[in-house]
Amino acid sequence: MIDARGLSCPMPVVMVQNEVKKSSPDEVKVMVDSMVCVENITRFASSKQYDVEVVKKDGEFELTLKKKK
Amino acid sequence: MDDKIKLTKLANCAGCGAKVGAGVLAKLLDGLKVRTDPNLLVGFDKSDDASVYKVSDDLALVQTVDFFPPIADDPYTFGAIAATNALSDVYAMGGEPKLALNIMAVPASLPKDAVHQILHGGYDKAYEAGAIITGGHSILDDEPKYGLAVTGFVHPDKVLTNSGAKDGDVLLLTKPLGIGILTTAAKADLVSEDTMAYAVRLMTTLNKSARDAMVKYRVHACTDVTGFALLGHACEMAQGSDVEIHLSVGDIDLIPEALDFARTGILPEGMYRNRSFAEAYVDAGDTELAKQDMLYDPQTSGGLLIAVHPDEADALFEELSSSVPSAQRIGTVRAYTGGARIYLR
Repeated sequence: MIDARGLSCPMPVVMVQNEVKKSSPDEVKVMVDSMVCVENITRFASSKQYDVEVVKKDGEFELTLKKKK
Repeated sequence: MDDKIKLTKLANCAGCGAKVGAGVLAKLLDGLKVRTDPNLLVGFDKSDDASVYKVSDDLALVQTVDFFPPIADDPYTFGAIAATNALSDVYAMGGEPKLALNIMAVPASLPKDAVHQILHGGYDKAYEAGAIITGGHSILDDEPKYGLAVTGFVHPDKVLTNSGAKDGDVLLLTKPLGIGILTTAAKADLVSEDTMAYAVRLMTTLNKSARDAMVKYRVHACTDVTGFALLGHACEMAQGSDVEIHLSVGDIDLIPEALDFARTGILPEGMYRNRSFAEAYVDAGDTELAKQDMLYDPQTSGGLLIAVHPDEADALFEELSSSVPSAQRIGTVRAYTGGARIYLR
């Protein structure tokens, strides 16, 4: 799980990019606390053929990126 | 260790991206009593770039103010960009800047030399524009901010607003797009040195030559493309002129490295604000999402968007081609047909 809460853009999406570049994992989980980060990570995910699930809790967002089969 | 000050680390928001969104701004101003004056030629009723007040039959005063937090790490560069951006509003009205006042906020901890360099950058640009800086005001603040209040002159009959575009006009743009995305990516040190140097050159290029060229032609409307992005400013032009605008996305100069960042989700918060303000008025057709994002990207010290009579578009385009960073013929103005205000094709 990448914890990118409290970080301003573009750091959260960059952290996710680095994780994907490093090991091309089937699944990446990340916590962020702004809608901008959710949108940015969603755009990155679709460019790399990942699906994204977003769960919102208490003003924070848990994103699960899953590689498309 | 590199102990050079990195100004952008002290900023919450980069450059014109710090601007309050257009929709929010309208709500903030709502209910405030607006007084009029027969000599006030341009007020804030049409969301224009500056106010214009007629002093005599052949002289009108153009007034504007613009300031923001650091968009560059180097103090001199930041000062030069902020000044170029502030002066631009006068050019967008077809005017010439004459007097300027510094507006500054600095943290107590910022070294004197850095403050001096910010001002030096501002003075150099004001002088290049033919204006003089006659004073200013500074306060202490954790986040540095700098800009200018600028007064210029224009002939009352030659004022260019954003609301005069006419059916058939050709739209020209004078700088490429992607500055907001690049300055966001720069916060994570992702931008190549060459591209960053190019971005700084663009942001410190005065819109003076664009203005000097366009005033010789039948220009019906003009605005500078800044915080509200090409689509936000084009939308204001279309609404203010009661026309619709057709943009040819393939003819718009999008900085290639910025488009690459857009495709991987490196986008500033201001882009989303601009999108939520303008997208209800935009028919994007099948334009790629990343290219749309580039058109919603907030620009700092962007170029002029010019609506020119079709008979004079070729001549103005040719003149701009040799005098501005990137002359582009990006679309046309058409009579409003009741649907979207902007069509992307």
